[in-house]
Amino acid sequence: MEKVTIIRSSVVPVLLDDIDTDQIIPARFLKATSREGFGENLFRDWRFNDSGESEIKFPLNDKKWSGEILLAGENFGCGSSREHAAWAIKDYGFKAVISSHFADIFKGNALNNGLLPIELSKAFIEDIKEEVLLNPETKLEINLEQQEVILRVSGEREKFVISPYNSGNSDVD
Amino acid sequence: MKTLFDKIWDKHLVEEIDDQTQVISIDRHYIHEVTSPQAFNSLNEKGVAVMRPDLTTATADHNVPTQDQDKAIKNELSRIQLETLKKNCDQHGIELYGLGHENNGIVHVIGPELGLTQPGMIIVCGDSHTSTHGAFGTVAFGIGTSQVAQVLASQSVLTAKPKTLLIQVDGELNQYITSKDLILHIISRLGTGFGAGYFIEFAGSTIANMSMESRMTVCNMSIEMGARGGLIAADAVTYEYLKTKKFSQGVSLQQCEEMKSDGIEAFDKVVKFNAHDVRPTVTFGTNPGMGIGIEDQIVTQDNDTFTKSLEYMGLTDRLKLEGLPIQHVFIGSCTNGRFEDFEAVAAVIKGNKKAAHVRALLVPGSNAVLKQIKSAGLKEVFESAGFEIRQPGCSACLAMNGDSIPAGEYCVSTSNRNFEGRQGAGARTILASPITAAFAAINGKITNPN
Repeated sequence: MEKVTIIRSSVVPVLLDDIDTDQIIPARFLKATSREGFGENLFRDWRFNDSGESEIKFPLNDKKWSGEILLAGENFGCGSSREHAAWAIKDYGFKAVISSHFADIFKGNALNNGLLPIELSKAFIEDIKEEVLLNPETKLEINLEQQEVILRVSGEREKFVISPYNSGNSDVD
Repeated sequence: MKTLFDKIWDKHLVEEIDDQTQVISIDRHYIHEVTSPQAFNSLNEKGVAVMRPDLTTATADHNVPTQDQDKAIKNELSRIQLETLKKNCDQHGIELYGLGHENNGIVHVIGPELGLTQPGMIIVCGDSHTSTHGAFGTVAFGIGTSQVAQVLASQSVLTAKPKTLLIQVDGELNQYITSKDLILHIISRLGTGFGAGYFIEFAGSTIANMSMESRMTVCNMSIEMGARGGLIAADAVTYEYLKTKKFSQGVSLQQCEEMKSDGIEAFDKVVKFNAHDVRPTVTFGTNPGMGIGIEDQIVTQDNDTFTKSLEYMGLTDRLKLEGLPIQHVFIGSCTNGRFEDFEAVAAVIKGNKKAAHVRALLVPGSNAVLKQIKSAGLKEVFESAGFEIRQPGCSACLAMNGDSIPAGEYCVSTSNRNFEGRQGAGARTILASPITAAFAAINGKITNPN
């Protein structure tokens, strides 16, 4: 698995609380027997309407937003233990998710797949949100070695905790 | 001073790597078709064998049809997934209770029913509702697929040790109030994130007076509070349940009664509830914490998440659920798919008919439950009331197998999650007890059983 040390990127904000793994990847897409290809159906029912057309207002479909960091509300990844949720986010192209807290199983699944679940204070997330909504090109830096997130426009920073043992170890080795 | 959880955990501790990472040995590993194939792929790619196939038990449940189980499965992807499970189990010598097997059923229904789940064990499964097994004085929790691979390869798992939370419930539950109402009530008060980082112990006279089936319903939904799991100390009720089950003949009364928490001070956090306060409880929103008493008004909140939720549920102009017309009733799942649940439903509907516009689906949790339903003569009761009784599986709880609710329609469901799209894209789920669901089926609308 690729070792991640620093991510510098703009963010894609999906600012809802309690985003559950059924939203991240609906159950009807869990029939595959491999780990690949789930990104196509990430947030499927929020990204597309009943007729399969793009919901243009959803941040992943809005050209204004791009980047390797997903910014979410609190309690991200609650519900089902499906690791497919972490696979889908990673496969779509995100390298990190930021929330004020993650559901336990999701957090473990993310770490086991080299997707960083970054827990920050609500206050700092609020500051990031303000900057990002003002200027979608606002960049964040996630430094895994320093265990720190830096809002590059203001230099505001905050520490996070990820056990070094957990970030990048394969499951069976 | 130690909690029951700590005592069981510490007995299984293999290695402490750092304060976020411990290696824990596993007594029983349940697997199913949806979260295991990629784990077996990891093993097969590396040429690693399953370490303890004898401690691994497989079933097919999430993705199985609930009709014509003896015929070929029409959906190609579902068929391949079930064939992959069989191939992996055959290759690694794992007991599989596949479709049509007398022991087949939902993993969290069959484990206890076969006596494979026993006090003092640590049990894992690639399914968040593994917490169900906690009803037996067991530390049981859901894991992801990478961890399923870890357990297959090493019979141990790498995880963080949670803190402990005591939820004490005392007093008698009122008439028509079930353990489902109690747990929905608790989650509605505490919220979906309250248990994050904790393992719950449920205790108190209300819990002690419950059957094993009712206790399983409570522990099942611990995860909906964000907790890793929930357990209840084993006792004479546990012993009475286990002594007749196939694989638990050797479990003694002493074994059931010996392991308890040392006292309330041993817990990191304590919350108390009074059983008298619990009324028939239903959910109105899109997470299990959004619950209210049937006769209560929804208290609105001014935030995007809440507004989106109410819009999805079509409840922006209606702040009370009592009297809301519904189109579907689903009785089943690992939360409420046991014989006790179907007995409670039968008692309500006997001599009545479902409302003409309602589709009422009953899906037993296992073949054993279906057999009990038939031998108790309940099949006739259900059929003459116009209910459809199916073969076992997870079915419309997560709608993977095609048993789904059409967009925009309401389903009163005895399952565990009311997330957007959980029962089908656009489906509107109202979580409730089997009794409340039975009343809704008869009256065609949300009805207070009292």
